[in-house]
Amino acid sequence: MRNRYNPAALLSLVVLVCCAALILGQRVNAAGDGKITGTVKLDGPAPHMRGIDMSKDPYCVKAHASDPAHIETYVVAPSGGLANVVLYISDGLPDGALTQVPMSVPVFDQRNCVYAPHVLAMDVNQTFEVKTSDQTAHNIHPLPNPMTGNIPWNQSQPPGAPPIEKSWKMPEMIPVQCNIHPWMHGWFVVVKGPYATTDTNGSYTINNVPPGSYTVTAWQETAGTQTQKVTVAAGGSATADFTFKAK
Amino acid sequence: MQTSSEKWSFLLGTVAILALPLASSAQLPTLDIESRLGMESHIGNINGHAKDAKYDYRRYCVGCHGELGDGNGENFPWVDPKPRDFQLAVFKCRSTPTGTLPTDQDLFDTIARGLDRSNMPQWNTFTKQERADLVAWVKHFSPRWLNEKPGTPITIPPEPEVTPERIKTGRDLFARVQCWKCHGVQGMANGPSASTLTDDLGRPIQAFNFTDGSRPKCGNTDADIYRIFMTGLDGTPMPSYADNIKPDEAWDLVFYLRTFMQQKSKEKEMAKQLSLKPVDPTAPAGQQ
Repeated sequence: MRNRYNPAALLSLVVLVCCAALILGQRVNAAGDGKITGTVKLDGPAPHMRGIDMSKDPYCVKAHASDPAHIETYVVAPSGGLANVVLYISDGLPDGALTQVPMSVPVFDQRNCVYAPHVLAMDVNQTFEVKTSDQTAHNIHPLPNPMTGNIPWNQSQPPGAPPIEKSWKMPEMIPVQCNIHPWMHGWFVVVKGPYATTDTNGSYTINNVPPGSYTVTAWQETAGTQTQKVTVAAGGSATADFTFKAK
Repeated sequence: MQTSSEKWSFLLGTVAILALPLASSAQLPTLDIESRLGMESHIGNINGHAKDAKYDYRRYCVGCHGELGDGNGENFPWVDPKPRDFQLAVFKCRSTPTGTLPTDQDLFDTIARGLDRSNMPQWNTFTKQERADLVAWVKHFSPRWLNEKPGTPITIPPEPEVTPERIKTGRDLFARVQCWKCHGVQGMANGPSASTLTDDLGRPIQAFNFTDGSRPKCGNTDADIYRIFMTGLDGTPMPSYADNIKPDEAWDLVFYLRTFMQQKSKEKEMAKQLSLKPVDPTAPAGQQ
C-alpha cells in the first residue's frame, strides 16, 4: 500500500511553513516597535478658505449643490486641530527601517471634482492608486521636479476609467493638479520611512517606529515645516505636538 | 621689514582669494554639463556626437535655448510658446509613454519638422549627421539621460480603411473621453476648460484648434495624431489616453478629428454625407 503521507508533499509543506514564517518574520520583528503620536494645531483664527467657482463644469456644480466646496489650504477643526499635515521621521532611522516599503496601497480619489484626500502621504517606492468616482473627465497631472529623479506624467481619467497604479522613486512634496478643473489641487508627499497624516482633528500616529532617538518633521503645504526630537522606547510611545502659524 | 612667516601668510592669503571664485564656480551647472560632452545619439546607422554640435548650437540655437540649454536665451522674453528647457528633458513630441524620455529619433524628427505655431522653424538645412549631433548636444544638457533610458515606443497597429462607421465610433469616443472639455465640441479650442489651461511651469497655453488650418505640433500624418493622444504632450495639459482608448479605437478618433480640419480629406467628405452634428456635452454617457 502506498504511504498515506507522501514525503514530497510533507517536504513542500515544511518549505511553505518556513517561507510563511520568514515573510511574517518582518511583522514579528515589528513587535518591539513603538509609535509617535501627537496633535497638530493652528495658532489663531482659521484663515478664510474661499469658495470654489465650479461653473465650468455643470457636473461639479451639481455635486456640490448642498455642500459648497472651498479650497483646502488650511483645514482646521473647531478645536484648532490642523488636518492634512504629514509627519515623518526626517533623521535617526536605521538603514534597515528605510528599505521596508509598506504593502498597503494609499488611494487618491477624484470625487465630486476635488481630491480625496487633499494630501496623500506615501513611502518612497510604495505603490499608490489614483481613481475617479466622478462622471466627468479628469486628467491627473503630478508635477515633481524632474531633476530629483521623480518624473512628471499626465494621464486622463474619463468617467469609468480604471485606476492607475504608480510609485515615486525619491522623497519629494509633489503638487498634483487637474488641468480640466483648475481648482483641483493636491499633494503627493513622498517620504522615506514611517509616516502619518493628521486627521480632521489634527491628531496623528506614526506606527512601526523601531526604538531610538529621532527627529520628527511636520509638513504643511503652506505653513512649512517644523521639527522636534523624540525618543521612542521599545514598544513604547512618544509624543510630539506641533503648533503652526498660518501664513 | 617683513618676516618670512608674514610673507608666507600674505602669499597664502592671495592664493586663497584667487582660488575662491574657482571653488565657487565648481557649483555652476556649466561644469556639470561639460562633463557630459561625450553624449552620443543613435539614429538608424548615424551616430551623433555632442561635441561636434557645439558650433551649430552656438550659431543657430543658443539665441532661444540658451547657453545652458535651460530655454533662457536672449530671445526668451519675446517668444511664446517658450523655448524648451533641455535640463528638465520634458518633451512634447514623443513616441514613448507619458513620463518617459523620448527616443533619439523623436528629437531628430522634431529638429527637422520644427514646431508649428512656435518660433521653432524646420531645420532641414542641416545634414542628417549635423542633426544627429544636435540631438546628442540637446541630451548633454540633462543628467536624466545618464540615469534613465528612453521609454519603449508605443505600438501603433496598421491604419485601417476609413469608413463612416469608424468616423461615428470616433465621434462617440470624442464624447466619452471628453476631448471637448478643452478642444470644444467643434474642435475650435473653445471648450469650457480652454481658457484656464497652463503648462507645467504655470504659463498660459492654448488647446489645439483643429479648424484654423494650422498643423498639429508633432506632425500631420494620421500616425502623428494617433501618437499625440496615446502618449500625451508632456509639459502641457494634454494627457495620455493610453489607458482609456484601445489601440484600434484610436484610429477612429483620428478619423473623427480629421473631419474638423480644413484640409480636404475622405473623412471630411464622409462626415458631410453623414451630416454629423457636434457632440452634445449634456447627453448622458453612451447616448450621443
